[in-house]
Amino acid sequence: MPDTPLTGPGHVRLGSNSGQPLTRRDGFLKVTGAATFAADNRPAGLLHAVHAISTIARGRVRSLDVAAARAHPGVVEVITPANRPPLARDQDDKPTMFSWRVETLQDDRVRYAGQPIALVIAETLEAATEGAHLLAPGYAPEPARIGFEDGEAFEAETVGIGSPAAFVRGEVEAGLAGATVRVEFRVETPTQYHNAMEPHAIVAAWDGDRVTIDSPNQAIAMGQAAFAGFLGIPPENVTLRSPFIGGGFGSKAILSGPHVLAALAARMVGRPVKLVFRRDQMVGPVGHRGATRQRLRLGMDRDGHLTALDHEAVVMTSAFDDFLEPAANASQNIYATPALATRHGGVRVDLGTPGPMRAPGEASGSAALECAVDEAAVACGIDPLEFRLRNYAETDPATGRPYSSKALRECYAQGAERFGWAGRPLAPRRMRDGAGRLIGWGMGSALFPAPMFRAEARAVLRADGTALVETSAVDMGQGAWTALAQIAADGLGLPVERIEFRAGHSDHPDGGVAGGSGHTATAGSALFGAGADAVARLAELATGHPDSPLFGAGNAGVEARLGRLVHREDPGRHESYADILARAGIAELAGQAVGARDPAHARDRAMFSHGAVFAEVQVDPDLCQIRVSRLVGAFAAGRIINPHLARSQLNGGMIWGLSFALHEEALHDPRTGRSMNADLAGYHVPVNADVPSVEALLVHEDDPYVNPLGVKGVGEIGITGTVGAIANAVWHATGTRPRRFPIRIRDLLEA
Amino acid sequence: MTYSFSLTVNGATRAVEIEDPRVTLLDLLRERLALTGTKKGCDRGQCGACTVLVDGRRVNACLILAVTLDGAEIETIEGVADGNRPHPVQEAFIAHDGFQCGFCTPGQIMSAIGLLREGETGEDRERIREGMSGNLCRCAAYAGITEAVAAAQRALAAGDRRRA
Ligand code: FES
Ligand code: FES
Repeated sequence: MPDTPLTGPGHVRLGSNSGQPLTRRDGFLKVTGAATFAADNRPAGLLHAVHAISTIARGRVRSLDVAAARAHPGVVEVITPANRPPLARDQDDKPTMFSWRVETLQDDRVRYAGQPIALVIAETLEAATEGAHLLAPGYAPEPARIGFEDGEAFEAETVGIGSPAAFVRGEVEAGLAGATVRVEFRVETPTQYHNAMEPHAIVAAWDGDRVTIDSPNQAIAMGQAAFAGFLGIPPENVTLRSPFIGGGFGSKAILSGPHVLAALAARMVGRPVKLVFRRDQMVGPVGHRGATRQRLRLGMDRDGHLTALDHEAVVMTSAFDDFLEPAANASQNIYATPALATRHGGVRVDLGTPGPMRAPGEASGSAALECAVDEAAVACGIDPLEFRLRNYAETDPATGRPYSSKALRECYAQGAERFGWAGRPLAPRRMRDGAGRLIGWGMGSALFPAPMFRAEARAVLRADGTALVETSAVDMGQGAWTALAQIAADGLGLPVERIEFRAGHSDHPDGGVAGGSGHTATAGSALFGAGADAVARLAELATGHPDSPLFGAGNAGVEARLGRLVHREDPGRHESYADILARAGIAELAGQAVGARDPAHARDRAMFSHGAVFAEVQVDPDLCQIRVSRLVGAFAAGRIINPHLARSQLNGGMIWGLSFALHEEALHDPRTGRSMNADLAGYHVPVNADVPSVEALLVHEDDPYVNPLGVKGVGEIGITGTVGAIANAVWHATGTRPRRFPIRIRDLLEA
Repeated sequence: MTYSFSLTVNGATRAVEIEDPRVTLLDLLRERLALTGTKKGCDRGQCGACTVLVDGRRVNACLILAVTLDGAEIETIEGVADGNRPHPVQEAFIAHDGFQCGFCTPGQIMSAIGLLREGETGEDRERIREGMSGNLCRCAAYAGITEAVAAAQRALAAGDRRRA
C-alpha cells in the first residue's frame, strides 16, 4: 500500500462506482512523482548491485578478474559461482506450471548472451557498475545457434502454459480438396521484447530470517512463494510489495535469476541491496515473445464459406527450457469451418527462454490468420468484412459450444460505420490522398479468451460507515486501483469514496495474477463477493433484531444502497450500516470471498472478448514509407467497469498492434548470438508522432455466464485484430502482401 | 577526491558533495537527493523518462554529469504542483488519462511543461505529437497525452488572458 493517500485533489469524480468513467484514483500520485515504484525505495544502509552479463551466447566462463573488481573503491562483495551461497531450491526444478529455469550462478555454463555471470555489490551504483566492468570475463565459447535454420527442431508436446500442441476437428485435407478456392499463406514474426518503461528491479532488506522485497510483480502470492522457495524460508517470512508496476506485459510475472541473487546477496552482506536491470540486461533473463514461422491453408466453397482451416506454427524457444508461443491456437475460435487443425513445432536456439508477452500466441497467430483471411477474401472476390460475416461462427468452432456472449456482429457494424468502410474499392492501389500517397484500408477481427483464475479478497465494514477492502491485486497500468475499487464499492453498497482499498502487498489475501486479461474479472469477483458477504452478515444483524426497522425482513428481503440496508418491498424502512453496527456493539464486520468461475458455465460455454479493427495506411509510392493514419477498433468485452480506463487499455493494445506490424524486432548477430539492438534506439517502439489517430469504441455486451459481474477483459485483445488490419491495409494500398513482420520499406520496394 | 558544487532544485539551493565524477544528474536526484519522482528508463538518452528542466530547458537527466551543473537551476516533477493543487498540465494528464502505469509520466509532464514554455505548438495536435516524441510511453497512452497537452495549453492561455 502506498504511504500517501490514493485519492488526491486531482481525482475527478464523474459518477459513482461500476460503469462510471472515474479518473484514476492513483492519478495524483502518478502525476506528482509520489507513486513509489520498486527502484524508488532507499532503505537505510542500502547497497547497490550490478550483475555482469555474458557476451557469448554459448560456452563456459573461464575466468573472472574478481580481484580487480574487489579492489575497486566502494565494492563490498563479488558473487560468482565460486562463492554463491546455496539455494534451497534447484534453479532447474519447476515446481509449478509458472516456473521457468533461471540462472543463479549455479555453474560456469553460458546458455545465451546477456546471461548473468556474476553480481557485484558496492556502496554506490557507480562503484558497482565499474566493479562489474572490471571482471573482464574470459570464455571458452561454442558456436551460437540463432535463427530457424541453425536451431534444433523438436516436436512440441505443449504450447503456452500447458496447452496441447496440436488440435484437429473434422477432415482438413478433405475440406481443402473439396474447396473451390484455396489459399496458402506463409508469414514470419520476429523475436520481441516487452521493454516495459520501468526496468525490472528489486530492493531486498532482511531482518533476521524475514525479508522485505520491493519488486514489480504481476502475481504477488506466486512471487512470494517463489522467493521463499529459493531462499529456504516459509512464504510468510517474505513480504513482497508491488503497489505500482511501470508496465509488465507478462514479463513481471516470473522471477529471474538476478531477482533471486539480489535477495541472496542482501542476506550474505547483511545490508539491504538494490538491483535495477539496465535496459540491455533485459534481453535474455526476463522473457520475450518467441519468433514464429507460420503457414495457413484455407479452403472456400464458391460462396466464400470456409471448407477447411489449417494453421501451423514453428516457434522458437531456448536451448534449456520450453515456452512455445501458442500462435496457431489463434485460429481455433473465430471462423466457422467444418474442418479445423492447428499444430506447433519447436526450434531451440541460444536465446533466453521466451515467456508470455501481451497476448502470447494470440498476437502473432491472429496476425497471420487475419492476413490469410484477407487473402482468402481477395481470392474469392469478396469484401473482407463481408467474407468475415459469411464465416461468422455462431458456436465455437473448436468445441461446438455456444458462446457465453458474442457481440462481434455489432463490433463489425459499429467499427465499419465509424471508420467509413462502405464504398471501399475491392482492388488494391485505387486510392490516393492529395499528396499523391497511396491509401489503403484494411481490417481484422479481434479475439481474446475471457479467462478467470482464482483470487481471494476481504472486506471489512467499519463503525464509521466506511469500509476497508483488501486483495493482493496489482496495478501495472490497467487501472486496478480504480476499477477494482469501483467493483468493491458495489459489492459493499457504498460510494467508492468511502472505500479504503489496499492492494499490491503480500499481506493481503491472494489477489491472483494480473495477466491473461483476467484480473478484473477474477480479483473483481473476489472483491464483490467479499463485500456481499459482509453485507449479508450485516443484514442478519439487522433483520434479526427487534429494534431494527428491518426486523423480520429476512436476508433476501433487504438490499444495500449507499451505506444503508433498505427493505425491498417497503423502501421507507431502512437503516444505515453505522447504526446497525453500533446497536450490535461491533466495531468491524468482515466478509470474505473467492473469485473463480462457475465450473458448469466454464464447461458449457466458450468465453471470449471480440472486436473488429479497421486501419488506414498511407504509403509513399516512391519511398514506400508506411504510416498508419487512422485506427478504429470496436470491442465487445462484457461489462465495462470504467470506460475511461478501458479505452486507454484498448488504445494501448491497438498501438501495440501497430508496433508489431511496423516497428518491433529484436535482432541478433547470427555469428555471435549477441543482441544488436538491446536498447530503445535500436529496438523500435512507436513514439507519439507514430500514432496519429486511434479510437476504441466500446460495444455493449451483457454476459450472464462469465461471472456474476459480467466482466470479460480488455488488456490484450487490442493487439489481435490490429496487426492484420494494418498489414491488410498495406496490401490494399500497394498490392503487395506482407510476408513478415515488421513490414519493412524494403519488402514493398522489392515487390 | 570529492567534488563540491551547488545547484538549485525546485527553488531550493542544494550544496552537493560527491566522491565520484561519474554521477549523472539523474542518479544525483534519485540516489542522493531523495528525489525519486524522476525515472530511469534507459540511462542513455533514448526514452525521456528522466526529463527535467535545466535552466528552463528540457533535458535528459541521465545524459548530464552532475558535476557540470554548478549554479544551474533544476526543476523536477516534485516541484510542479503547488502543494495539493496540481499544475494545469498535471490536471490535464489526469482528466485525459495521459498515462497508464505512470512510469513515463513524470518525464512526459516535465517535457510537456517545457514544450508549452517553448510556445511553438499551440493546440496543433501534430506539432504536439512531434514535440512530445522524445518521451516514450510503452503503455502507449499517446492519445491521452496529446489531448492533455492541448488541454493544458488551453488552460494556461486562458489563465494568461485572465491575468493580462
Ligand atoms: S533514462 Fe534518460 S532518456 Fe531514458
Ligand atoms: S504510462 Fe506506462 S509507460 Fe507511459
